[in-house]
Amino acid sequence: MDKSQQLVATDSMDGELATLNLGPTHPATHGIFQNVLTMDGERIQSAEQTCGYIHRAFEKIAERRPFNQITTLTDRLNYCSSPINNLGWDMTVEKLIGIEVPKRVDYMRVIIMELARISDHLVCNCVIGVDTGALTGFFYLFQERERIYDMFEEVCGARLTTNIGRIGGFERDFSPELYNKLNAFLKEFPKRLEDFENMLCRNRIFMDRTIDVGPISAERALNYGFTGPNLRAAGIDYDVRVMNPYSSYQDFEFKVPVGKSGDTFDRFNVRQEEIHQSLSIIRQALDKMPAGNYHADVPEFYLPPKQEVYRSMEALIYHFKIVMGETDIPSGEVYHAVEGGNGELGFYLISDGGRTPYRLHFRRPCFIYYQAYPEMIKGSMLSDAIVTMSSLNVIAGELDA
Amino acid sequence: MDKEILINAIESKFPGITETSSEPYGLLTLEIAVPNLKALIHWLKDDEQMNFIFLTDICGVHYPNQGNREFAVVYHLHNLEANFRLRLKTFVGRENINVPTICEIYSAANWMERETFDFYGIIFEGHPNLKRILNMDEMDYFPMRKEYPMEDATRTDKDDRFFGRDGNENVTFDNKKALAKGNNHG
Repeated sequence: MDKSQQLVATDSMDGELATLNLGPTHPATHGIFQNVLTMDGERIQSAEQTCGYIHRAFEKIAERRPFNQITTLTDRLNYCSSPINNLGWDMTVEKLIGIEVPKRVDYMRVIIMELARISDHLVCNCVIGVDTGALTGFFYLFQERERIYDMFEEVCGARLTTNIGRIGGFERDFSPELYNKLNAFLKEFPKRLEDFENMLCRNRIFMDRTIDVGPISAERALNYGFTGPNLRAAGIDYDVRVMNPYSSYQDFEFKVPVGKSGDTFDRFNVRQEEIHQSLSIIRQALDKMPAGNYHADVPEFYLPPKQEVYRSMEALIYHFKIVMGETDIPSGEVYHAVEGGNGELGFYLISDGGRTPYRLHFRRPCFIYYQAYPEMIKGSMLSDAIVTMSSLNVIAGELDA
Repeated sequence: MDKEILINAIESKFPGITETSSEPYGLLTLEIAVPNLKALIHWLKDDEQMNFIFLTDICGVHYPNQGNREFAVVYHLHNLEANFRLRLKTFVGRENINVPTICEIYSAANWMERETFDFYGIIFEGHPNLKRILNMDEMDYFPMRKEYPMEDATRTDKDDRFFGRDGNENVTFDNKKALAKGNNHG
């Protein structure tokens, strides 16, 4: 249907504007944050977002926690892709203390991070479907996300807040069972993803609901500090994995998909294509997986196996020193960024040589790009605003930290 | 773009503006005095050669023992085309805790500055809506300042000595009382 033919209640009752509280616990906001909307009939005249409902003071807590205990805080930033946060933090600390990890660790990390990216994008795109009225795809692909969580469980024992990996590598090697699960996933998932795409990508209703909804120009997006799929949907091919490769991303061939108009449809498609690219990266990493150890040889920072602690003096000493925080840590400041599910996830760490960070700041992509939301929905209808928000993939945990 | 070109360009445009310059872990870091900061950032963004079109991050840092350089505001800028990152720092004291806003230059700065204000109480002059963002409006202190203890004040097993710092300068007020009483280790 032509947009001009749509029936819209343009007149407000008594010529007055209405204030509508969208959130903080509205099911359509997919997270605990509030939007105070000024409505003129069905059109949004202005909006003000508030946040902070799940602010947990991670930056303050981090100043009193040894480096290895901060990993569990990062879990709870963007909890749809915790492993990226965990490993990004580990890499930040490794950069500070100058640990070079074996190539195998890099590749293992790449596999885990790309799985996390797939699960993150799946949540977002399925929810865009739900908010436009297509619930089936959500249930269909959530079974696949479940399989990704099974794989995380196989690696680290946890599913959502993973605390995956350690400073210097992984706590244990990948198990044969993980490879079975991964291979089965790589074989069966693309078919499911294709089903999902067939259902939505050229679906008339879906296209009408998403094309030209919540657009943002490349220039505005950059000015607002957009990163990740939301920036790429506006046409800027900025991807931290390509610009500042970490964890051996330079060894892999992959495309950086970009959109054109920065609207909801483009954001959906960019994420969809990134899932395909992630699958390709995982396949490459599996094929080229180097032999070697699953952690760096840094006994000052990497805990020895527990049975060694009981048997060998060296291991006992290192175990004690790590747990009691007797290890020397260089002072300095380091900024390290990884490509999170939603964009550039940065860790700015200032160390004064103490056992804990002197200051740790998280650059949280959600927090930064959510500012643009009122500008993107101004003049649109309420239902469009909901789809725009889900396509931005604002995760409350990352918003508030 | 590389480090020399950038430093020379800044030096010729704004002579003597750089207080200190260092490069920790390969990221060029310049210290700039507050009055010069905004003009510099504006030029860095708008000059075609400089082209720092992307503001990555703003955050505050508290150094309680540095007198009139007690608070730092740290800016991370990024020239996306040349893939060059730059860190700018500026210091203010508790008495004159004002830094100009850069909201008009980068829209992204709006919430970053609000967050910095919320945590450290740094006033961004000219900010259109400088109010708390993560904490509640009624809060009457700035929680990331070092004088506010993280731990329960009755705990004595978590002062700075147990985190690899020997100086007592950072010991929080409540822990100091505990130390004076002598029951500092349970």
